[in-house]
Amino acid sequence: MHTTGRGGVISKAFTAALPLTLPIAAGFLFLGCSYGLLMHAKGFSFWYPVCMAYFIFAGSMEFVTVNLLLSAFNPLAAFLLAIMVNARHLFYGLSMLGPFANTGWKKPYLIFAMCDETFAINSSATVPADVDRGWFMLFVSVLNRWYWIVGTAIGWLVGGLLPFSTKGIEFVLTALFLVIFLDQWMNQKRHVPAMVGVLASALCLAVFGADRFMIPSLVLMLVLFVALRPYLDGPHDDAHDDDRAGDAAGVGEAAKTTVAIKGEETR
Amino acid sequence: MTMTFWQSVVTIAVVALGTILTRFVPFLLFPESKEPPRFIRYLGNVLPYAMTGLLVVYSLKDVSLVSGSHGIPEAIAMLAIIGLHLWKKNMLLSIAGGTILYMALVQLVFV
Repeated sequence: MHTTGRGGVISKAFTAALPLTLPIAAGFLFLGCSYGLLMHAKGFSFWYPVCMAYFIFAGSMEFVTVNLLLSAFNPLAAFLLAIMVNARHLFYGLSMLGPFANTGWKKPYLIFAMCDETFAINSSATVPADVDRGWFMLFVSVLNRWYWIVGTAIGWLVGGLLPFSTKGIEFVLTALFLVIFLDQWMNQKRHVPAMVGVLASALCLAVFGADRFMIPSLVLMLVLFVALRPYLDGPHDDAHDDDRAGDAAGVGEAAKTTVAIKGEETR
Repeated sequence: MTMTFWQSVVTIAVVALGTILTRFVPFLLFPESKEPPRFIRYLGNVLPYAMTGLLVVYSLKDVSLVSGSHGIPEAIAMLAIIGLHLWKKNMLLSIAGGTILYMALVQLVFV
């Protein structure tokens, strides 16, 4: 930062962040559109969906809030529901205590704008050494947030007028999460944490159903991580991608799956 | 709408407040100025991987295996993404390829 000017630092971070947010632009413009369109269809004026996108900025919760607004006034229930639907954010925060440290004035915005997709990118992206991490994460946050807000506004204004079918476009977010998952998998020797996430949530989804599996999943994950701590919490684990050479404790099960998945690879 | 204007404003405000709380609480509990407890740092190391796994499952939560197309288009598109990504290791290519394949499947094949 001593050699490059402030403008250079900023534009470099923007150039690094923009490509990673493009899949989210596709997903959010269309999902935001469908949300704006839904609000229009339910009889809400333009500023309702736009203000909700701006202030709440949690996609699934905004869809839930449409129903809240159409039922009897109960602010306490709405507040508690928001906390339960968004409880996964608590785990995002615990993951980002380190990466968000020393980001100064950017920090409150990084926290406020941390939706699933922004978290997924900011927690997994390898920021090039010559790019300022704080500005990089800020641009990821700002871009994703405005894709959603603009998508919502467009949806309310012109949704339903598109000349081609966008059915299935929402899969872009599944694809994004899967690709990030694969990247994390390939860059780590140790696959137990990733497997805990998949298996705990898949199990809870099967048992509790789509509308009620989030809280049980988070609790089960926490229990498993407490139980597995003797195997997973080594002295070398503070560095992110640094445990390649670390002990392979607890990888037995995961290794088999690695082999199974790597079988697809053409070597 | 059954609510008055101000009732709907309050509802949106409390939902926003609840959401903001879930995002800020970890940072308020463990401020930068203090080193977080060992256990919290441990969670910070393992949770990012687990939460990505959870997000994959979460984004598929409304796919039914017993009705509709039985999750087949999702499975095909995900296998294509895995293959494509192991082969080319190009994030945007894998995402675009898988999504376009999925859209073709649900619009043309599994209608």
